[in-house]
Amino acid sequence: MSPNLTLVLVSGVLVATGVALLLERTLTRVLVGIVLLGNGINVLFLVAGGRPGGAPILGVTRAEDMSDPLPQAMVLTAIVITLGMVAFILALAYRSWQLDGHDEVQDDVEDRRIVRRAELDETSASYDDDAREAP
Amino acid sequence: MNDWLADWPRVLLPLPVVLPLFAAGLTLALARRVRAQRTISVTALSIVVLASVAVLVRTDRGSGTYSVDVGGWPARLGIPLVADRLSALMLVVSSVVTLAVLVYSLAQGVADGEEGTPVSIYHPTYLVLSAGVSNAFLSGDLFNLYVGFEILLAASYILLTLGGTRARVRAGTTYVVVSLLSSMVFLTAIALIYAATGTVNMAELSVRLQEIDPDVRLVLHLLLLVGFGIKAAVFPLSAWLPDSYPTAPAPVTAVFAGLLTKVGVYAIIRTQTLLFPGGQADTLLMWVALATMLVGVLGAVAQNDVKRMLSFTLVSHIGYMVFGIALGSAAGLSGAVFYVAHHITVQTTLFLVTGLVERHSGSTSLDALGALAQRAPLLAVLFFVPAVNLAGIPPLSGFIGKLGLLQAGADDGSPLAWVLVAGGVVTSLLTLYAIAKTWNRAFWQEPLAEPEGVGGLVTATRVGTRTPLGMVAPTAALVALGVGITAIAGPLFGVADRAAADLLERTPYTSTVLHDRVPEVGP
Repeated sequence: MSPNLTLVLVSGVLVATGVALLLERTLTRVLVGIVLLGNGINVLFLVAGGRPGGAPILGVTRAEDMSDPLPQAMVLTAIVITLGMVAFILALAYRSWQLDGHDEVQDDVEDRRIVRRAELDETSASYDDDAREAP
Repeated sequence: MNDWLADWPRVLLPLPVVLPLFAAGLTLALARRVRAQRTISVTALSIVVLASVAVLVRTDRGSGTYSVDVGGWPARLGIPLVADRLSALMLVVSSVVTLAVLVYSLAQGVADGEEGTPVSIYHPTYLVLSAGVSNAFLSGDLFNLYVGFEILLAASYILLTLGGTRARVRAGTTYVVVSLLSSMVFLTAIALIYAATGTVNMAELSVRLQEIDPDVRLVLHLLLLVGFGIKAAVFPLSAWLPDSYPTAPAPVTAVFAGLLTKVGVYAIIRTQTLLFPGGQADTLLMWVALATMLVGVLGAVAQNDVKRMLSFTLVSHIGYMVFGIALGSAAGLSGAVFYVAHHITVQTTLFLVTGLVERHSGSTSLDALGALAQRAPLLAVLFFVPAVNLAGIPPLSGFIGKLGLLQAGADDGSPLAWVLVAGGVVTSLLTLYAIAKTWNRAFWQEPLAEPEGVGGLVTATRVGTRTPLGMVAPTAALVALGVGITAIAGPLFGVADRAAADLLERTPYTSTVLHDRVPEVGP
């Protein structure tokens, strides 16, 4: 079996653009990235299904002309799951916009604290004061 | 097969998945009746505990493995649920912990007067989480394992962002995006595995994956390990965990810390033993385990907040389990299995106790805490026992687990294994140091005169009120369970040994699922 080159290319482009968007800081772009990535992988499942064929229904298509139904069933499941996740991320992005007026992903609390300390040239909170006084 | 009663184990096996899902639907329908919700959740999870214990007894007394073809479809067509000693043991520990945390969270909800408000969604979500965890442990099908992961992750997204405060939305965003990415990697792996072998049934895969090109096999193997590694929070893929866990409500953090990463570890065990035996990634996993242990515990030492410190020790101790898996020997695997059981209990307990501390003092920052041993002696005891257990002080179960792993490493005898043994000892000592530091500052010293107000983590709303018995009792029960594991360490290690032997032999699993062997009837 030789895979369908068009599908492989489509899948590759979708995954590549998806990853590029995933690296952005804005949650909405991350969301679009996840959608593209998910669809790229769904196309990959179609490649995995092997040669194309008729609908796998007994009495409609002859058994040797049928396409493999299993990857399509898995894609269907994956689509439903991605849909749910997309809805959740949309809600998250909206909530973030409600709270802060933007949906950029902030740095970790600790990271920001360390940056601030570095700017002020302070010592860490876990630094032992007594040790400094020792000769 | 026709006699329903004679066939009880087969009815029993789907229960841990199906029952919480049903209960979740019911509690969602009864969203306005808080008391009914509580009754349903507690009943459902109690039955799951009983069912899991029955499954464990059945597998351990019986042939060690049994499977159920869901919907009556034979394994090659349908999706089997499989219980072997490993999944049954995981199921028992996880269901007990889930139930205890549920009772704790109920008491917290009652005490904080959250009748009706934001948590009408809490029960359904929590039950779905429990169903997802059970499904992941029992699945005999790679795609169903993915579905199990998605069920528990979807529930965990909601639990982590409960209430939608600023801190939780920020932490939740990181968590959701990283988890989605790991799911995508896993899904890609499944697509490629199907393309290479034409099946996603794990028992069939264990045979067919041996027949394909070794290079392709290596790629598939590494893809799966990356996907599971993110979920298990193994070092280069662990940075999301200490960032996102501490902001959630205490019971949620506790159940996440106990269960979610361990589901990843479980999946790694299956990958290494059932799907890709032969140890082609063992050296890599050894180094990863070493890095996880050391980086994690060094992070813990530097922390100034109890929850963050515990999150880092969580990452660190995942390294021990990966070490046991990477050894690939029966002793190593059995040590890893024992350690998972011990660590689920202890880590959950510690987060629950931290929740009590937060409720008592209004903060988990070490700058704000102090003299708790005097002010709340009961809390001090509840914290002290699991804390020293985590650090591995003899004779507690943490010591036994670490000893088992280090012995397995010494038996292996390779230079790398000895490096890992040394790393394990150092990690244990540094854990003790981190714990002792927390203990000194939070429980013994007077609090600092001027607590530092910058960017502290979430603080509890009700400070100084009496800690309700409903929160203390499940915590105490888990502390007792943690100590109890020490008492039953012999039998437990026996189960772990037999589980490891089955895992290495592989045929018990595959022949049971594929019905090559005559299926045994009755207990």
